[in-house]
This record gives sequence, structure tokens and C-alpha cells, in this order.
Amino acid sequence: MKAFASLLDRLTFTPSRNGKLTLLRNYFHVAPDPDRGYALAALTDGLPLRFPLRKLLSEIGAARFDPELFRLSRHDVGDTAETVALIWPSMPAGGDDLYLSEIVTAILSVERGSQASLLTQWLDRLDPIGRWALLKFLGGAPRVGVSARLAKQALADAFGRGIDEIEEVWHGLEPPYLPLFTWLEGKAEGPPPAATPVFRPMMLSHALDEAEWEALSRDEFAIEWKWDGIRVQVAGKGGITRLFSRSGDDISLGFPELAEQFNFEAVLDGELLVVRDGAVAPFGDLQQRLNRRTVTRSMMSKNPVHVRFYDALAIDGADLRALPFMQRRARLEAWHREHAPARSDLSELLEFVSKDELRRRWEATREDGIEGLMLKRKDSAYLAGRPKGHWFKWKRAALTADCVLLYAQKGSGKRSSFYSDYTFGAWSEKDGTPYLMPVGKAYSGFTDAELEQIDRFVRQNTIERFGPVRSVTPKLVLEVAFDAVQASSRHKSGIAMRFPRIARIRWDKPAAEADTLDGLKRLIVSRP
Amino acid sequence: MCSSRPFDSWLRPDARGLYCLPGDFHIDPHAPVARAIITHGHSDHARPDHQAVLATADTIAIMKLRLGSAAGAQLQVLDYGETLKMRDVTVRLVPAGHILGSAQVVIEYEGQRAVISGDYKRHADPTCAAFELVTCDLFITEATFGLPVYRHEPALGEARKLIASLQDFPERTHQIGVYGLGKCQRLIATLRQAGYDRPIYLHGALRAMTDYYISRGVALGDVPSVADSKDKLSGEIVLSPPSALGDRWSRRFADPLAGFASGWMRIRGRVRQRGVELPLIISDHCDWPELLQTVAETGAGEIWVTHGREEALVHELTKRGLTARALALVGREDEAE
Repeated sequence: MKAFASLLDRLTFTPSRNGKLTLLRNYFHVAPDPDRGYALAALTDGLPLRFPLRKLLSEIGAARFDPELFRLSRHDVGDTAETVALIWPSMPAGGDDLYLSEIVTAILSVERGSQASLLTQWLDRLDPIGRWALLKFLGGAPRVGVSARLAKQALADAFGRGIDEIEEVWHGLEPPYLPLFTWLEGKAEGPPPAATPVFRPMMLSHALDEAEWEALSRDEFAIEWKWDGIRVQVAGKGGITRLFSRSGDDISLGFPELAEQFNFEAVLDGELLVVRDGAVAPFGDLQQRLNRRTVTRSMMSKNPVHVRFYDALAIDGADLRALPFMQRRARLEAWHREHAPARSDLSELLEFVSKDELRRRWEATREDGIEGLMLKRKDSAYLAGRPKGHWFKWKRAALTADCVLLYAQKGSGKRSSFYSDYTFGAWSEKDGTPYLMPVGKAYSGFTDAELEQIDRFVRQNTIERFGPVRSVTPKLVLEVAFDAVQASSRHKSGIAMRFPRIARIRWDKPAAEADTLDGLKRLIVSRP
Repeated sequence: MCSSRPFDSWLRPDARGLYCLPGDFHIDPHAPVARAIITHGHSDHARPDHQAVLATADTIAIMKLRLGSAAGAQLQVLDYGETLKMRDVTVRLVPAGHILGSAQVVIEYEGQRAVISGDYKRHADPTCAAFELVTCDLFITEATFGLPVYRHEPALGEARKLIASLQDFPERTHQIGVYGLGKCQRLIATLRQAGYDRPIYLHGALRAMTDYYISRGVALGDVPSVADSKDKLSGEIVLSPPSALGDRWSRRFADPLAGFASGWMRIRGRVRQRGVELPLIISDHCDWPELLQTVAETGAGEIWVTHGREEALVHELTKRGLTARALALVGREDEAE
């Protein structure tokens, strides 16, 4: 537990990706089996530990802590589990370290009536950070800013393997992944291909720039609309269907209607969308369905999901990835005609006669409420990662608005000495008095030199400080670029911007001439 | 000893701080007074412009360094353990273990003995005299960390944590925020105890106090100034005031990793709020067990609790059958530590 606790502790405070990778790598090298496997599980898919932590803590707490002292402490600390970890009296050091494997084994066999005393014994054996880490571990997924993909990347780095090799075998393995580690350490052959569906690394696209557009020849590319959902891989094998996000996270639990509906032997690539009466709903509707491990019937009927397929990696056990795009597409079409699974369709290939016509279509995507176009080279194999020159996303031109800087917050990592996260507002009116309503937040789009300039402006025009945040005199106009404006009941302004970023600093423009909230609201488009 | 007379008939807070009537002096007053006894040199205790100041030699020297001529019109040294008669009371200063020169004030008046702790700690500190226990009738204690969640780590272990981080991130400058008087020198000395013998670089604001500690015989090794180095100091330890963490000053370093040595670093929310990557839980104040231990050992029947989390400590002491009350003193906010 010492090594795991120290890892978790450092990870929560380390903002940079490289820093996290270093800490994880070092851990995988020193931690023993099977502990590192359980740690890996905790950081990736989570360990399905059936342990009523919340209930036990309040039971134990009521018996052991003075309620008044606990209340005052909880108030200072701000988190119940952390308060328990800190208030718990430390026993004199000594005794063996508590291993994760010991915890997992004990939980599997403990009787309900003995859970509280088990937890008490563990807490007694640990130091404050160990107790905190234990409670995180028992609570399921510890939120320490590590994605499953990042943990796998660290694992790959630690043993000099490619992350794709790990993804290929990942979903066939169970914690604590002993065959994985013996293979990574070169002591045995790789784990056999899984009997259940596994994630295949996805092929990703590049943004298309003007020069690439010029060089592009019309006949070499197949064109599709760019759909505003999330990328998914649907993999079916042996009667089991799984949905994977682009990072390889298994998200099947959040979409039981799809996992149950789809029953096929294939690995398909597509876009997850909310589709109502044949029409794609705004991204915000899909968002209601994301990051859930359980869903209710009403969520499913309110925001019905659908997959729009555009590629096939494998069909009926045949790996199609080496085939050119158009051949895969033909196989996909034939397969879909035959099986026609409900809640799915195919992303249409667009017909066009010339590049000029294509450009006109692209320019019209704004009115059509479409995100842009996808250009896929007809003869490209399905390549893992983000290979250059094969797939391009051609997003519609951004919208822009002139907004006024209201608050600035310090960044993290390399930007920790800079005010780099900006909240900006647009003009609204109350009882005839104009005021600036916050409409969005951006922390990208500017150059290093511009960052320094804005940072200087923030420091020289601070009104108030709230920890890492400063409010500034509302006089700096920022030209903000964004992909779309959507209606939002969660924001006071009533709108949410998609992908806002700073396009330019308008040193020349007086704040009074910035845009209005009403103007932004007019940009809300309903989807086709 | 007799405890029939209420203590606040001769010792009580007034508008300027804690006042001793029969001795006619204040202890750590926050506004200028005629006669002040100062427990230690931190700015929330040693305020400027008193007429007469009584303190240990180190505290007076520190006040002069910090305040110059505002340190006080008349400065009188009282060494640890010496007794001084002041009108109807006798006064003695006893080591408090907080920082160099820090003292508890022991006042005896007509058979009653009161001890004012000032800020104090019981954890080991190689840079100052260790806390000395004095039994008494009335103990006036601080309670900066007066909650059971506050339990500081041994400083040596935290220093090792810092050294381990240098091994994890050998390319990054480790910039650690420390308060300039006490914490800075204690962290350096503790790093030396842990076997760290590379130079430890200092922000200009830490120079004068550190040099004073060295002049008093505290061994700190090589402690050059950041200003004298042209290098980005990658893989080195740099100490600075907490306010310079993530400030423009830190841009000169190699991908600086921000640390902070403070008892407040026990709480994760505070670590995040400050944007600290490496929290070092090192405090110059008592933690909860030390507070309870000290109160019990003094044998005092009555406890007054000053600045900090008075409520919890008063609650706990009352539960233990002691007379305890919170003493609201002006000018004491959350202890900067």
C-alpha cells in the first residue's frame, strides 16, 4: 500500500501528462505482482469491489469519533473520506505493509457482518496517506486525473512496448493481469487473443489546411459529413458486444440498448449520436448520456442513441484493416444490407462533381447545422493512430465574437506562473443598464507572446483576487472563435459555446463595442 | 499554589492584546504599547513601535532585522531561565521550540503561575532550543492546528520526500515555498540531516534571516542566492517565499515544480488551491496530539485558547473536565505558516 498510496498521492497533485507518466512508469517498475495489476485495474477499468464503503464509514465513524470534532474537522477538510483518513488515530509504525492483493482477497471472502471490523483493522495498519489511498481504492475509480489510456501508455513506456500491442490484448484480460506483466517483462509469450471483443486502436484524422486542400485531387478521396457525436468502436464476438470510446475505454454499460441490440461478429467504426425521429439531436443531448455506468429507462427513452457506421475493421472474423478504404466500405455496405441492425445506419458517401462544388457544400455546412466534412483517401488501409495524409477533417469555418475579459485564472504545469484561463462576457441589459454576462471560458488559441501580453494585462488591471483567480477591469476585448452556440439551461447566460478559443486580442477595440448576448443567441441553430 | 482568585482579575485581553495588570505590560500586543513582552519574532506577534520591549536576545535581534528602528524605543534582553521582577509579578522566559529565540512567558503573581505559550511545537527542530515544559495553574495555548485532522509528519520524512522527488524529476527545479523566518532554516537543516549536501538556493527575501541563523551557529551548509546564479537550476532545490510560487519570478527555472512546506499542506483542498505539486507537511506549530499532550503535562486546571481553531480544542478540554475558554485576541487571523 505504501508504493500505491504514494503514487496516488503524487498523481493527484501532478498536473502535467509527462509528470504523471514518469510517476506511473516508476511505480510499474518497483511494485510487486499482483499489486501493480490491481493498481492498474483501479486506474483503468476500475475494480468491481462489492464493498459498501459509505455505509461502513458512517457506522464506524458514529462509534469512534466525537461528532462535534468530526463536524468541525469535516468543515476544514471539505471531504468525508479524507476527514476519516486524517482523523483516524495513527498506530505506532510497524507490522507488515498492507498489500492490495490482501485487500482484494479479503473482500471476496468476508461476510457482511465482519466488513466493518475488516476495514477498521486496515485503517489501523496504515498512515494518513495510506488510509486516504485505501478509501479511494475501495471507493472504486479513484479520480486522480489519469485516463485508462494514459495508464496504458505508461505501462507501454515502462516496458518498451507499443501502446497498440497492449490495447490488442487488453480487453481479454482480467485484473491483476499477471500474463500481461510476465509478457511485458519478456518472461513469456504474449497473452492469447481474447475470446471476448477487444479494442482495436482507431485511425484518427488531421485537420485540413489550405495548402493540403489545394494539393488534393478530387478522385482520390471519399467524402462524408462530419458528425457531431462521439467516435465509437462497436465490437461483437461470441455473442458479446462492447462499445469502446476512442481512447479504448469500455463504455458499454452506459448504452445497454446498443450492447443488447447489436449481436454480430464484427468490429465497426462509427459515430455515436442521439437520433430522434430520424434527426440527429444536438450534442448537448448526447452529453446527458456520457460518463454513466448505469442508465435509467427514462434516460434511454428521452435521449435515444444510435450509431452511424462509417468503417469496418473486421467482419465475421476476417481482419479487413489492410484493405483499401473503398473495399472496406463495400464490405460494410453489404454487411449492413444483410443484417440491418436497428439503431444504426451508414454515414452516406457524398456525391460531388468538382472541388468547387465540394467547397460550396463545405461553406453551406454552417446553415445546415453540420460540423464539417471528412475526407478519406480511397486507397488507405485502416492504420492505427494518426497517420499523416490519409484522413482529414475539414471543419466548417469558426464563428467569432468579440467578448470582454472578465476573469483570469492561473494555468497549471508549464503555465502555472501565467494567467492563462479566461472567462469572458458579452453585453446584456437589466432595467436599462448594460452589464457583461459571462458567456464562456477559453484557454487556448493564443501564441506564447500573446499569453505574456494578456498575463501582463491581467496583473496590471486586477480588481479582486480569489485564490488563483483574478477579476479584471472589463476593458480588454478578445476575439473568440467557436464552432457553434447551443442553448443551455445549465449556464446563467442561457448559451454554451462549443470549443471556444482566443482568435485575436483586440487591443484596439473599446469594451463598449463588444458583442451582445442577444447576438450570440441568434447563432443557435437547430439541427437538420 | 492557590487558585481561588479568578485569573482574569490580573491577566486579561484588552483592546491591544493580552494585558497583565499587576505587572503593567502586554504580551505580543498588536498595537503600540508602553511595555511589551514579545514571545518571538514573527510579524503577527512582534509588532512595531512599542516603547519598551522585553524578549530573548535572538528575538530582539530578529526584530531589529525586520523592523529596524521601529523595533522599539528601549530593547531589553531577558535570557531563557532568568527571572525578572516587574512591579508585583515575576517574569521568566522559557524555550517554546517554535523558531530561534521563541519563548513561553511564565508569570507568577501571589502564588498563581500562568504560562503564555506563544507559538510552540514539540516536534524536533535542529535550529532552535527545544520546548521546555513548565507546570502551571493557567496555561494560555495557541491552537493554530486545533483539530484532530492536523497531525504533522516528522520533518525528516518530508525532507526525504523532497529528495525522492528530485530523483523522479531530475530535470525540474524544485521550488519550495517557505516562510522566511524559521521554516526556511529548519527545512535546510533537516535536508542536511537527511544527507542532502548540494547547494540550496535562496530567494533574496530569505537571505537576511538565513544569514542571521548562520551567524548564531546554526549549520546550514552552502546556501547561495538565486540572484548570483545564471543557470536555470534544473534538478536543484530553490527556497522562496510562498508568494513567489507560480509567480513571474519562477519563470527563470527549469519547468519548476512547486512545493510548499506548511502544516496546512495536510489538507488536499489547500494543496490544490495553491497549485502545489509537492506538499511537505512540516509545521512549526503544535499538532492536535501535541496540544493535548502539552495541556495535560502542564497540570493546569484552567486553559485559555488563543488564535486558531479554538472551538474544537475548548470542546475537547471541557470534555476532559478542564476549565477551558476561547480567548478572542485581536489581530490574529489564520496563522500564515
